[in-house]
Amino acid sequence: MTAPETEQPTILALQGVTKRFGGLTAVGNASFEIKKGEIFALIGPNGAGKTTLFNTITGLYKPTAGQIIFQGRDVTGLKPYRIAHLGIARTFQQIRLFAYMSALDNVRIGEHSRMHAKLWDAVFKTGRARREEAKVTERAMELLEFVGIRQQAHNYARNLPYGHQRRLEIARALASDPRLLLLDEPAAGANPQEKRELMELVQKVRSQDITVLLIEHDMKVVMGISERIVVLDYGEKIAEGKPQEVRTNPRVIEAYLGKSA
Amino acid sequence: MSRQVSSSDSAMRWATGFFRDRNRTIYTILLVGALLFPSIADITTGGEGNHLVSTAADAGVFVLLAIGLNIVVGFAGLLDLGYAAFFAIGAYTYGLLASGLLSGSPLHQEFHFPFWIMLFVAMGVAAAFGAILGAPTLRLRGDYLAIVTLGFGEIVPRIFRFLGAGSPIGNWTGGVNGIAAIDPPTLPFFLTGPWVGAPIQVVKPFDFSDPIAYPMDFYLLILILVVLSIFAVNNLQNSRLGRAWMAVREDEVAAAASGVNTVAIKLLAFSIGASFSGFAGCYYGAKLSTVGSENFEFIVSVTILIMVVLGGMGNIPGVIVGALTISFVNFYVLTNLPDYASSIASTIGLDFLNKSSGDWIGLHDEVQRLNYLIFGLILVVVMLLRPQGLFPSRIREQELEKGTAEEAVFDLREGSPE
Repeated sequence: MTAPETEQPTILALQGVTKRFGGLTAVGNASFEIKKGEIFALIGPNGAGKTTLFNTITGLYKPTAGQIIFQGRDVTGLKPYRIAHLGIARTFQQIRLFAYMSALDNVRIGEHSRMHAKLWDAVFKTGRARREEAKVTERAMELLEFVGIRQQAHNYARNLPYGHQRRLEIARALASDPRLLLLDEPAAGANPQEKRELMELVQKVRSQDITVLLIEHDMKVVMGISERIVVLDYGEKIAEGKPQEVRTNPRVIEAYLGKSA
Repeated sequence: MSRQVSSSDSAMRWATGFFRDRNRTIYTILLVGALLFPSIADITTGGEGNHLVSTAADAGVFVLLAIGLNIVVGFAGLLDLGYAAFFAIGAYTYGLLASGLLSGSPLHQEFHFPFWIMLFVAMGVAAAFGAILGAPTLRLRGDYLAIVTLGFGEIVPRIFRFLGAGSPIGNWTGGVNGIAAIDPPTLPFFLTGPWVGAPIQVVKPFDFSDPIAYPMDFYLLILILVVLSIFAVNNLQNSRLGRAWMAVREDEVAAAASGVNTVAIKLLAFSIGASFSGFAGCYYGAKLSTVGSENFEFIVSVTILIMVVLGGMGNIPGVIVGALTISFVNFYVLTNLPDYASSIASTIGLDFLNKSSGDWIGLHDEVQRLNYLIFGLILVVVMLLRPQGLFPSRIREQELEKGTAEEAVFDLREGSPE
């Protein structure tokens, strides 16, 4: 990848983030920094705490300890909608679309926080509300176009093919105009063709000046697009670095393949 | 000639376009029906339609209530089992501030605020109570909310009953007797001048003082209120807020992650829903000119919920049809059924059924006793025939008709190893 590396400022910094559920430590003392404009991957075996970490960053969980700094601001323990407002958007491992709303409406929900129409505007459909709706709809259509499913705009999210649902989730996340996009296993369930398209899409997102943090199991995808990788195992960071460094790291190989006898 | 053809052609095209939207068709039929109803009632009863028109105005109150509850249950997916509490709050707000009752309270001062202002005051008071009740409870999951609202619905009428004569803090609500002689609405001067009625007769005289003898005025008033409410709720549904309500209903976590303040948006749904109930309560108090706590029992909350579910949750025209259907069953079918039953019995030669003997109290009274059983049977039959409601929103239609088959396909895909 040709992105500028060291000179970029940090967009997200995790400092000793820990999340315990009762006696179980899902994430233990995770610390790493993501630079603005990079594609950063979070990998690790099943149950390594990757999704827990995502949920902690986006405010669904409060961390037991540690701090999360986003664009120089402490966002630890803020409510999910506040974090979304500040510019972190995400997708989910198990797709969580608004099943009985149209694809267009799903994306328009993403723009919710950027809208200003008040109750009064809504009830009386004021000029302001109309103008805003028109603008939001136009932008939502652009985003559907961007992820390549414009033709699905008026279909219910649940009726979309699986690959399109994944793309719709990305479009919805982009609608909140994020600076950092968290993708939780975007390639899960995709065929090789879809995976290639997905990688292109992620590159395209990054070229819009959006930093990408992704969880992914598919090593082809991870090695193909990410610039830096953090490896978690049993909730702890065991490696960090460029793809080729991580690939040859003995601890990583051990975590994935088990200790060789 | 050809011009004529083309213009009628375009009119046709306009008409087919207009009526392709099922909701518009239903609205049109309902509005025409509502406007013709008083004349039809008069003709079919030989000039004795007043009672029917008055009953129809009561049904209009329930339409208003169902539209309001639909915001809470249908749009935002919050189960509210105490909706009648806000209805009571609206009715008492008007009753207390537009009657002589408070002269007997420790205030020793009666108030007679005009109806038109109180409509909005009652709305605001109910909305405020909605917010007060919602704030601590809407953080809870759906089932808990249902229980809390159930409790609230029980508490509110009891408080109104308790704060009557002899309560430790004085008579504030009229207690078990309720509030009587509530002011009727009065019209502003431009509708009461000399051009109204006998000498000049530009405008038909309006008189809200006697709803039994002149039910038309109340009928028209509720019709206007309902039409305005439909416009407002329709706009809400298609706004940023309506979309957020649906998102919260579909998936609260995803909605929050997309930037929706879920607690605030649910609170808003609850509060706006309550405000419609307050609105309806104010009208109801003015029309009956009396309110009592027994008008707002649990059965009222349940009846409104039935209207919403049976009509088609989430779909405004469906909910209106549901409210009208249940009102028709409640106010007309069930009240007339005992008479019908006994007259049918005597025409087919089973007259002996009408006489009471021993444990048998006579067909007429027996049917009356079985009112709720019959009501329940009607509900069961309707829900069996149309589980998605009479006129469901497209969403619910899909959910119930295609849901199972697609779910299976979807699950296979989810579980596929990758």
